[in-house]
Amino acid sequence: MSFIARGNLPLLATAAVLAALFGAASLCFDNFCSSYVISDLFSQNAFLGISALGMTVVILSGGIDLSVGAVIGFTTIFVATLITQCEFSPWLAWTVALIVGTVYGAAMGATIHFFKLPAFLVTLAGLFFARGMAFFVTQQSVQIRNDVHELVSGVAIPFGQTEIGFTTILFLVLLVTMACVSNFSTFGRAVLAIGGDEESATLMGLPVARTKVAVYAINGFCSALAGIAMTLYMDSGNPINAIGLELDVIAVVVIGGTLLSGGVGSFTGTLLGFLIYGTIYQITYFANVGSSIATIAIGALLLAFILLQQILAPR
Amino acid sequence: MPTLTKPILKIHNLRKQFPGVLALDGVDFELTAGEVHALMGENGAGKSTLIKVLTGVHPRDSGRVELDGQTIAPTSPSAAEGLGISTVFQEVNLIPRLSVAENILLGRQPKNAIGAIDWKTLYQMATQTLTRLGVELDVRKQLAEYSIAIAQMVAIARGIALDAKVLILDEPTSSLDEKEVTHLFTVMERLRNEGMAIVFVTHFLDQVYRISDRITVLRNGRLVGTWPTGELERLDLVEHMLGRKVPQLSAQRVGSAAVPSSKISAKPVVKAQGLGRRGSVHPFDLEIFPGEVVGLAGLLGSGRSEVGRLIFGFDSATTGTLEVGGNQVVNWSPRKAIDAGIAWCPEDRKLDGVIPQLSVRENIVLALQSARSIFHPLSRAKQNEIAQRYVAQLGIKTTSLETTVGTLSGGNQQKVLLARWLAMEPKLIILDEPTRGIDVGAKAEIENLVAELSAAGVAVLLISSELEDLARCCSRVVVLRDRRIVAALDPSSDLEQNALDESAIMKLIAHHND
Repeated sequence: MSFIARGNLPLLATAAVLAALFGAASLCFDNFCSSYVISDLFSQNAFLGISALGMTVVILSGGIDLSVGAVIGFTTIFVATLITQCEFSPWLAWTVALIVGTVYGAAMGATIHFFKLPAFLVTLAGLFFARGMAFFVTQQSVQIRNDVHELVSGVAIPFGQTEIGFTTILFLVLLVTMACVSNFSTFGRAVLAIGGDEESATLMGLPVARTKVAVYAINGFCSALAGIAMTLYMDSGNPINAIGLELDVIAVVVIGGTLLSGGVGSFTGTLLGFLIYGTIYQITYFANVGSSIATIAIGALLLAFILLQQILAPR
Repeated sequence: MPTLTKPILKIHNLRKQFPGVLALDGVDFELTAGEVHALMGENGAGKSTLIKVLTGVHPRDSGRVELDGQTIAPTSPSAAEGLGISTVFQEVNLIPRLSVAENILLGRQPKNAIGAIDWKTLYQMATQTLTRLGVELDVRKQLAEYSIAIAQMVAIARGIALDAKVLILDEPTSSLDEKEVTHLFTVMERLRNEGMAIVFVTHFLDQVYRISDRITVLRNGRLVGTWPTGELERLDLVEHMLGRKVPQLSAQRVGSAAVPSSKISAKPVVKAQGLGRRGSVHPFDLEIFPGEVVGLAGLLGSGRSEVGRLIFGFDSATTGTLEVGGNQVVNWSPRKAIDAGIAWCPEDRKLDGVIPQLSVRENIVLALQSARSIFHPLSRAKQNEIAQRYVAQLGIKTTSLETTVGTLSGGNQQKVLLARWLAMEPKLIILDEPTRGIDVGAKAEIENLVAELSAAGVAVLLISSELEDLARCCSRVVVLRDRRIVAALDPSSDLEQNALDESAIMKLIAHHND
C-alpha cells in the first residue's frame, strides 16, 4: 500500500516500461522470450552494468563521474599489457588494476570535497588523464592469451538451455552487495543523506568528507572492475575501449529512476534501467533495423524519464 | 513556573569579533533546567552569533561557557550535540527525501548482531521519541510528505533523542500558523516539565509572553539584561530591544507629508480586503490613496515586508482580494504590478535590486526597457536623457553615467535603484527599508524625495524599522505585530489619538489592543 507512494512512482514507471518493451518484443518476435536472449542481455553489457552500479552510488550522493569510460578503457589495456607483455599472473594484474582504480577514484573524490570543486570538472580532468594514460600504455589492441584468464572467463552456471557467464555473475553479486550496503549500513544511508542535502548532513554530524571520498573510491573500483569484465568478455585490451561509455552509464542510472540531483534512487532501479537499455538493443537486432534506432529510442526514453521525475518531484 | 535553581548553562563575558563588527561584546547568559528562556533583540543584536558560538559554528574570541559546571568549547554542531546542546535552526536542517525515522536517528542507527541497520528497532525508537513529544505519525514515510511544522517536531525529536540537556530553538515559529504554534508550545511545555532547558529565539512578543519564563535582551552585541517574564512590561521590552526610552522621544514632524485632500474624492491606488497569506500575514484591509505616504511599522518579522510582497505580487495571497486602480486583480504577479504602475524597492539592494556590474545608466533604464520589450529599444540618447535627469534630481554622486554601480556608495546605490523605479513613473512605490545602512545625509535626501513624490501625487508605502523616519515622513502609519495589522495611526481621521509620533508607534508595537 505504502509502496505505491509518490516516491516509488519513477521505479514503477521504469518497471512498467521494461515489462511493456519485453512483452511487446516477445509477441512480435519468435524466440525473443528465451533464455538465450535473457542471458545475452546480461553478458553483452555486464561491464556497463557494473559501471552503472558504481555510478548509482556517485549520483545518489549528489555527484557525477565522467571519468568512468576512460578508466574502463585504461584498465582494459593496463590489464592486457600486464598479463601479456609483463607476464603478470592475471590475479595479480586484476588486483593491481582494482587498487589503481580505487585510488584514482579516491583522489578525485578528495579533490572534489576538499577543494570544493564541481564533480563535473574534476572528473572531466580525470577523463582526459585516464584516457591519456591508456594510450600512454600502448597505442593498439593487445590480445590476452593466458590459461588462468581463459579459465576464469569460461566460468558459467547453467541457465535454461544456455548458461550465465562469469561477468554476469560478477555484476549480480555486486548488485546484491551494493543494494545491501545501501539499505543496511550507516555508510549507505549517509550517502543518501549527503545527496539529499549536504549542508544538513554536515550539521547532523554525518562524516561527510569520509563518505564522499569513499563514494568516488567505490566508483573507481567499479570502473576498474568493469574494465576487467570487458577484457574477460573480449579477451583483449584496447586504449580506445569504452569511449563515451560514461554517458550510456549515466543514462542507465537515470532511466533507473535515480535523480541526477542526488538523494533519491535505488540499485533495483539501476538493474531495471540496465535491462531496458539491453532490451532496446536486442529489439533492434531482432527487427534488423540497425542500432541508430536504439540510440534514438534511448534518447527519447531518457527525456521521458527526466520529465516524469520533474513532474513527480515534491515541491 | 519552574523553581530557578542552579544554572545548567553559564556563559561568562563572551566576545566575538567579525571583520569590521564586534558581534558579541562581553555577553553573560544563564540557563536553568526546566525553563523556557527567550532570547530577544533586533537585527544585529547578536542572537545568531551567540547561538553559533554556543553550538560551535564559530569559535569564540574570549569568554567562558560552562555546561553543568564543566567548561566546554565545542568546535562543531555535532560536537555540541555530543555534549548535550541540540539546536533546531529556523531552516530545519533535515533530509526531506529520507523517512521521518531516519531523520531522527541518522548517524546513530541501531544495529543488529551482524552490524546491519535494524530497521524495526529504528522505527520503534523513532516512534517512542515522537510519542514523548506527543506527536503521532507514520515514521516510515518520507519527511517531505509532512508540513514544515512536523519537520520542526522531527528536528526537535532528533535533538532530544540524544539526551539533550539544552535545546535551542532558533525562530521555530516564523513559518508556522496559529495551530502549529500551539502544538509546538505544547511540546515545549512537555519538555520543560521534564527538566529540559530551552532557549527560545523569536521576534514574536505574544509568543514570548505565552511560553517563556525569563527573557534576555541583546542589543548591538551587548547584554541589555535578563528579567523574569512576569516582571517585564511589554513596553519596557520593546524599549530595551530598540534601545530608547519612550518619554525621551522627540515627536517632531519634519516632513511635509500633509494628508492629501484627494483622499476623500479619489479612488485608492490599491485596496486590499481581507488579503492574507497562510503562514505569512494574517488577512488585513488596507487602502492607499494617491499622494499618501503610508508607513508600515513593526518589529523585525512582524510581517511588514510580507504586506509589501503581497501587494507587489511577489507572494500569492491565499485569502482576500486586491483592487488596483479600482479593478480587482487575479493571478497577481510582479510583472502585472509593474504594468499597473506599482514599483518596489526591496530591502536588500544587493540581493534583489541593483546589478553591480552594470553602469548607472543601464541600471536606471533597466525596468523601463524591459517594460517596453526588446522590439522597442530606447535610443541611447533617450537613455542618457532619462539617466541624466534622475542622477540630477536625486543627487546621485557618480563620476559618469557609465560608472559601474558596484563602485558607488550604499546610499547612492539605493538612489540608483529608486531612479530605476521613478523612471517608470509609478502610481505607487513600495520602499522596503530604504534608509537602512546609508549615511545621515543620504537618508535626508531620500526622505525629501518621499515628500516630493507625495506632493506629485505618487502614493508611497514606506516599510521601515526606523520609527523616527516613519513619524517624520508618513501621513498614516499602520502597525503590525506578530504578522497581523493591529492598528493604524491616522491623524486625519482619528481625533482622540492624533499624535503620530515615535512613542505612539512604539506603544502600538508592544501592546495588545488594551
